Amino acid sequence: MKSLAELAAIREKMQSKVALREGEASLRVVVGMATCGIAAGARPVLNAFVDGVNNANLTDKVTVTQTGCIGICQYEPVVEVFEEGKDKVTYVKLDAQKAAEIVEKHLKGGNVVTEYTIGAYKKD
Amino acid sequence: MIRSHVLICGGTGCTSSNSLKIQEAMNNELTAMGLENEVKVVVTGCFGLCALGPIMIVYPEGTFYSNVTIADVHEIVEEHLLKGRPVERLVYHEENESKHHATSLSETTFYKKQKRIALRNCGVINPENIDEYIAMDGYQALGKVLTEMTPDDVIQTILDSGLRGRGGGGFPTGLKWKFASGNRGGIKKFVACNADEGDPGAFMDRSILEGDPHAVLEAMAIAGYAIGADEGYIYVRAEYPIAIKRLEIAIKQAREYGLLGTDIFGTGFNFDIQLRFGAGAFVCGEETALMTSIEGNRGEPRPRPPFPAVKGLFGQPTVLNNVETYANICQIILNGADWFKTMGTEKSKGTKVFALGGKITNTGLVEVPMGTTLREVIEEIGGGIPNGKKFKAAQTGGPSGGCIPASLIDTPIDYDNLIAIGSMMGSGGLIVMDEDTCMVDLARFFLDFTVDESCGKCTPCRVGTRRLLEILDKIIAGNGELEDLDRMEELANYIKSASLCGLGQTAPNPVLSTIRYFRDEYVTHIVDKKCPAGVCKNLLQFKIDLDKCIGCGMCAKNCPADAIIRTDYIAPGHKLASFEIDPKKCVKCGACMEKCKPHAIYKD
Repeated sequence: MKSLAELAAIREKMQSKVALREGEASLRVVVGMATCGIAAGARPVLNAFVDGVNNANLTDKVTVTQTGCIGICQYEPVVEVFEEGKDKVTYVKLDAQKAAEIVEKHLKGGNVVTEYTIGAYKKD
Repeated sequence: MIRSHVLICGGTGCTSSNSLKIQEAMNNELTAMGLENEVKVVVTGCFGLCALGPIMIVYPEGTFYSNVTIADVHEIVEEHLLKGRPVERLVYHEENESKHHATSLSETTFYKKQKRIALRNCGVINPENIDEYIAMDGYQALGKVLTEMTPDDVIQTILDSGLRGRGGGGFPTGLKWKFASGNRGGIKKFVACNADEGDPGAFMDRSILEGDPHAVLEAMAIAGYAIGADEGYIYVRAEYPIAIKRLEIAIKQAREYGLLGTDIFGTGFNFDIQLRFGAGAFVCGEETALMTSIEGNRGEPRPRPPFPAVKGLFGQPTVLNNVETYANICQIILNGADWFKTMGTEKSKGTKVFALGGKITNTGLVEVPMGTTLREVIEEIGGGIPNGKKFKAAQTGGPSGGCIPASLIDTPIDYDNLIAIGSMMGSGGLIVMDEDTCMVDLARFFLDFTVDESCGKCTPCRVGTRRLLEILDKIIAGNGELEDLDRMEELANYIKSASLCGLGQTAPNPVLSTIRYFRDEYVTHIVDKKCPAGVCKNLLQFKIDLDKCIGCGMCAKNCPADAIIRTDYIAPGHKLASFEIDPKKCVKCGACMEKCKPHAIYKD
């Protein structure tokens, strides 16, 4: 280690990797992974979120976790996005492709993908 | 991408209850479920709640699992890590809390009242990975010191912070550094770390070394810069194999990164650290004996002055600090002396780690600001005394300290308050005693320890403590006289004033403080020949209440001395004749009492 810059580089690189343990990321993506969710294809959705967040370098800002049955099994796979100070957004009937879109538009861009939310789905 | 971290405690406590096998099982299970690229298993240092080990924490939720077994691993992986449903039955619940509330670690009463500075990385990072330490601002303090501060700035910051030695004496750390820095007579200087933690019941130094070894290495390098030393020694006891292993890994990694060695950060500053293993002699925790041992000689103390700052290791000026003291240094450098001063009392700044042990619900490590009362530590953080028993006293400072009786439970804990009430901070062992503890027996326990551990170099300690122990044995055997109390006090004061080192000077403290606060109990032992707590076997008899005895004979069957025989007496309402104990044959093992279903056997 010949300079402080080298140390700072390691710190930067590693901080995102331990950030998970500090708990409070500003955005929380929760994927319903109960039997109903898994049967409806929640697993590829979870993978898509995990990969998407990673590829978009959002790991220090976003955590992806799973949860049990939310209670609206007919809409599975269901994903909820929690952001501090904002109303939670519930996405329904997702697949991997839609998940990638949500990462791009919502998590990265900050715009809710209204057409996949539960409100839009119910109107159909 | 990793979406979840599973932290498993790899401290000595949890390791001994199989946490490493749990880690192995966890990795296997994750692979079997295809989660190995999503979930990372990290072995960390001690979380502090050792009574509940093995401990596991799952992030990002922060779910806190206790008493995990290998058999539970499958369920945790399938339910929690795959399906996202925490395994309720393993989630830690505090006693007074409703059954279904899953608590995360930081919300528990055990952690809420704590302020973790020395332990801040313990249970958070993988101690065998320098990168994780760096992510937690590791080696930033060393960088700051080498590039922005002069050695005198460093010493002034430590002086201003009010940090005092955490190993026992409570000497201001900055002053130690200043003396060593100002002494330019020697050929070279040394930095040493006292990791020879010997107090029965104290294990905070071990936990820091196991959970955050780099914090100690970094602080030693800072001390080296401050006083002008380029070589450091850590004296750690060979009984701490995990701590040694992690230190060795840490030193190797720091050398690879050039954070130890020559020309650190390109500033021309050189510093390297070596380990020396102690064989576990208590006296080697005394600074002069420790340095004698590092030099390769028999671990015996020598008179002070000269103090180590003048003539220490190999006759050269040396700074010797305890592990926990070093663990505070980097934080003081990074956050400033003023930040550190906001915590604690007027003369004792910062926090102190205590090892809670004895009759307490949450056995483990806690770090609280100085000035926290004993009541807060025992009743709130420690979860109180188990089985509804009453708090009787707490022993601080191990065999060098004294006891604090229940009447002083609201004393704010700091260096000076503890000395004022006849105890001392020591390294921070806090042994809690309930009404079943006999204070005479307790004094005997600690004195027996110091008699064993006295190195024998000076007479007051070698012979004096032995004589003191003999008087205690006499009282416990039921042959005490009231004059013995005065004799003990007189002898104790001679030992304190005439012994060569801290071991002898503090050895009589447990006797003196128990006489001071529990004189009645000594008098009962001497005059009434009774032990009120029912501990001293020579002063009690096992008896059977003839009217309660149902005559089942379980006691007689289990008596190893055939001391229990059937009488002719049949109690009213019972069918079989009662038993009685022959006091001449009874060996007072207590086996009968354990087996007696109607609880007819009692100690008198």
